[in-house]
Amino acid sequence: MSVVELQNVSRWYGNVVAVNDISMTLQPGVTGLLGPNGAGKTTVLHMMAGFLSPSRGTVTVDGKPTWRNPSIYRSLGLVAEREAVHGFLTAREFVTACAKMQKLPDPAAAATRALEMVEMTDAQDRRIETFSKGMRQRARVAGALVHEPQVLLLDEPFNGMDPRQRMHMMDLLHALGDRGHTILFSSHILEEVEQLSGLVQVIVAGRLAASGDYRRIRRLMTTRPHVFALQSSDDRRLAVALIGEKSVSGVEIEPGGLTVRASDYGSFTRALPRIALGEGIRLRRLLPSDESLESVFSYLLEA
Amino acid sequence: MSTVAYITARGLFGRRRVLLLLPLPLLLVGLAVICHAYNVNPNQWGQAVVVGLGLAVVLPVTSLIVGTGVLGSEIDDGTIIHILTKPLPRRDIILAKLLVAAGVSAVVAAVPLFVAGVLADNVHFGLALAIAAVIGAVAYSAMFLLLSLLTRRPVLLGLVYILVWEGLLGRFVSGTRVLSIEQYVITIADKIAPTDMLTGKVNLTVAIVMSAIFAIGGTIYAINRLGSFSMAGETS
Repeated sequence: MSVVELQNVSRWYGNVVAVNDISMTLQPGVTGLLGPNGAGKTTVLHMMAGFLSPSRGTVTVDGKPTWRNPSIYRSLGLVAEREAVHGFLTAREFVTACAKMQKLPDPAAAATRALEMVEMTDAQDRRIETFSKGMRQRARVAGALVHEPQVLLLDEPFNGMDPRQRMHMMDLLHALGDRGHTILFSSHILEEVEQLSGLVQVIVAGRLAASGDYRRIRRLMTTRPHVFALQSSDDRRLAVALIGEKSVSGVEIEPGGLTVRASDYGSFTRALPRIALGEGIRLRRLLPSDESLESVFSYLLEA
Repeated sequence: MSTVAYITARGLFGRRRVLLLLPLPLLLVGLAVICHAYNVNPNQWGQAVVVGLGLAVVLPVTSLIVGTGVLGSEIDDGTIIHILTKPLPRRDIILAKLLVAAGVSAVVAAVPLFVAGVLADNVHFGLALAIAAVIGAVAYSAMFLLLSLLTRRPVLLGLVYILVWEGLLGRFVSGTRVLSIEQYVITIADKIAPTDMLTGKVNLTVAIVMSAIFAIGGTIYAINRLGSFSMAGETS
């Protein structure tokens, strides 16, 4: 069982503050590191992985600092966002090389185990440069997992994976988490985190905006109305009809159509076609206009 | 061979860049063979081919291509991360890379220099050139390896060192020769096999001590820099 701890960690580049006074403790299990692009997730991960020194504060794994301390890699694995792998090696050669550099007693067996874990045994003798993005990702995960590290850090691990690979990777991370490994993965896609992990650390603009159980944070977010942009054959008449719907909390008539605020996403999207049909109005466009994570995160930050 | 050295060597020979290593040594040997075949007096071509091409171009450029290739290209494409996320002392990583870089550069530069030396004078001269080239390869490799960790443009800076510092300033400003690996190599070869073709412009002690400082100092500094290797975050 390993614990990753950040205590009052800040990191700045010149005048730009990338990470601002973050404290968090990662326990065994799967934790999602969530935040919009540019929020500082990668900076936090790099500090945890010993590839960036904190400007202030301490980053430790089991009490040992990660910066300038290569021995932590015995119990820590990193899958960085950049997908570079030694393309001239086959998947098996790459994973075996990782096992040898970890000084494992039986590198070949460890490599076989890791390749099986990521379902790569069929393609193991192909050079990595011939792989698709998702396969490269799995090869890298196998390389990071070969020594079965207590702590595994993954930066945007699902990028470039197809849905089946994504599912498999999620199962794998789940299984590792259940076995007592401390897994942290970053993502800017809310749904990925929702599916994979109950625990999240949300970072917005370099600060820890929320931390803890996902469902609690989700509840905070559902108190905020959902905003839709709508266009129809008769916007004004539709506005009148919509304001009578219980799930609608506000309608604005604008030159390009309607802006509708709905307190309940599900009820509104079910009611809208019914109302339009009843009024004989043709819907031309329906866009959820503030579903971007940035707006959700900024809401969290205000909460 | 360590795994790091194995990956480094595979990476080096797996890239097209390695083909850049071929023309210069071939040119060196080719010119020497042609001059020898046509019985041209070695006093007329020896210095130009051995020093002008061999020691001033083949040795440093080979070391530059290899020295920046073993680490710089891995830093460039990000593959270095797979080596750095292992519990290996940074010293072992740098020494493995240096071993590959210096070994390859030494072979690529010393063999044609040996051939040219034999054709220009005798085996003794060829051996002197080869030994001096090996020493030079180690010093150059350590420096170019370090450059890969100090700057994003190690090849450019390396070329500036070879062309401007050693090539231009070294010729006109005598003080710069104390920091010129090419001059150490010439001096060492000249002391082993004195000929008219080589004129050492620094003294032997300086040549040996400075070569060691370049090699050892560069390596120690590189180990230290690799220990603080940082990856830029998305916000940087």
